[in-house]
Amino acid sequence: MDPTLLNIIIILIKIAVVLLAIVATIMVLILGERRISGFIQDRLGPNRVGPGGIFQPIADGLKFFLKEDIIPSHVEKALYLLAPAAILTPALMTFAVIPFGDQFSTYLFGHMETIKFQIADLNVGILYIFAIASLGVYGIVIGGWASNNKYSLMGGLRSSSQMISYEIPMGLAIVSILVMTGSLRLQDVVYDQYAIWNVFRQPLAFIIFLVASFAETNRLPFDLPEAEQELVGGYHTEYSSMKFASFFIAEYANLITSSALIVTLFFGGWHVPFGILEALNVSVVWEQILQILAFAIKTGIMLFVYLWVRWTLPRFRYDQLMNLGWKALLPLGLLNIVLTAIGVAIFQ
Amino acid sequence: MQGIPISYFLILGAVLFSLGVIGVVTRRNAIIIFMSVELMLNAVNLTFIAFSNYLGNIEGQMFVFLVMVVAAAEVAVGLAIIVAIYRLRETVHVDEIRLLKW
Amino acid sequence: MIQLILFSIFAGLAVLGGIMVIAHRNPIYSALFLILTLFALAGEYVLLLAHFIAVVHVAVYAGAIMVLFLFVIMLLNIRTETQAPGAFRYMIYIAIPLAVLLFLELGYLAFQGFSEVTVKANTFGTVESLGNALFSTYVLPFEITSILLLVAMLGALYLSKRKLSEVKE
Repeated sequence: MDPTLLNIIIILIKIAVVLLAIVATIMVLILGERRISGFIQDRLGPNRVGPGGIFQPIADGLKFFLKEDIIPSHVEKALYLLAPAAILTPALMTFAVIPFGDQFSTYLFGHMETIKFQIADLNVGILYIFAIASLGVYGIVIGGWASNNKYSLMGGLRSSSQMISYEIPMGLAIVSILVMTGSLRLQDVVYDQYAIWNVFRQPLAFIIFLVASFAETNRLPFDLPEAEQELVGGYHTEYSSMKFASFFIAEYANLITSSALIVTLFFGGWHVPFGILEALNVSVVWEQILQILAFAIKTGIMLFVYLWVRWTLPRFRYDQLMNLGWKALLPLGLLNIVLTAIGVAIFQ
Repeated sequence: MQGIPISYFLILGAVLFSLGVIGVVTRRNAIIIFMSVELMLNAVNLTFIAFSNYLGNIEGQMFVFLVMVVAAAEVAVGLAIIVAIYRLRETVHVDEIRLLKW
Repeated sequence: MIQLILFSIFAGLAVLGGIMVIAHRNPIYSALFLILTLFALAGEYVLLLAHFIAVVHVAVYAGAIMVLFLFVIMLLNIRTETQAPGAFRYMIYIAIPLAVLLFLELGYLAFQGFSEVTVKANTFGTVESLGNALFSTYVLPFEITSILLLVAMLGALYLSKRKLSEVKE
């Protein structure tokens, strides 16, 4: 078999597997969000569809699918239709450079192939994530403007200023990690954390990054673009049926990507913690499986933290949000870079 | 594999630059004039990078880097000026903001 | 061959976007078409093997500058532009011939000696080489641009703050 063709097939398989995994995780998240919110608020949550309510996501999906698809007469039609696609695409594209496992070499159809558990191994991986993630705002802004509705417009405006403001502390937190790793490849960042996770070496950067990623994914306590009590539904007020569902899915996809990114940057990526892998002394195949499993479990725990925070903290006021971003996180991020640079200069 | 001639990139840069010139001269809306300036800057950036490749020299990419910084600074100040003018005159049309003093 | 096809697609998108930026009456659409052009240009940068610049280009232009444009357009709620009164509307009849002339000049220069040269494979589009040059030979321009950014930030702050204090008086 032709090596180029084989490579293309491998990449396509990887894309399909990752997409399927994301969709499956979204379904679990839909159920998880409702059940966990029920648990936190001391009630049951949905438990009627299937045993213990596990088919609830399917019922929710069917409901979205079967609802009437309304295009209001006062909207800017072309952009109104573009917005759901514009928000979903970057949300799914970001995952392409996140490594979810180590690499291994094997013989495939007579060729020695190195298979990486990563769709694209870019040498500017972190910058790629940064660039694509910042495009997510366009879906919200376009949707908000095209809806021709003052609440939607307010949602779009809030979203754009919030995204720009919190990108800066997020970037500064990443810079301090890059100073330690010395590479923009995400796989190198993971290798660098073999002995000790970045969360212990860079606790301040972790806190800044976590807060900023809550703001970037529009989750509570920073969900001002869609604050129900103030803006009806924010940027997706005028959307219905599957178009609304794509905003919904995009939010969860962003959640998954940012959880995976936090795991990759701060929690050792696919490294199995506590030396379990060395203690078990298993074959190469099992090693790969355990590493991917470790990545999945870590990401799952991060996702739980997102849901947990959502149902625990109240929403910030808009001026509080801006003050936190510009007057607290930005100086802290700069301070952290200076401290990291001094530390690296002394110890290396 | 045959490469792309450098001149193609230069032609593309020339087209975009000329489009930017038309936009700056003919449009009334100050924000669109700004966008046309961005278009011209990007045409120049493309030319810089094409020549950087042609000469095998990294200085072209360095200049693109600096141009981006300048563009960001320009947009921040320029849009602030436009917002300030809009608050005062309730228009962003350049043919209505001809007076330097009022 | 495949590179030439990619070049043509990106070039077509860039020129289409550029035309729509200056031709569309609605500033929101102009901004969105400018984003299309910027993406196409990022593709051209990748074809020229400037990977780092391509990603930074998307992050800075599409991620920050254009969001700012959209923000201001939406904040001021600028709708469709109307036809200019007076002599301004005849500007286009002068502008287009002059722009075509400019294009012919630039195009003529582009074909003087560059028509045979093709894109060369090299490795200096990486972060390491750019960073090394930026922090050694070009450290002074780099520092000056940082001061420029600081000044721009203060200027933007001052311009938007001044009106507030006047309102309070």
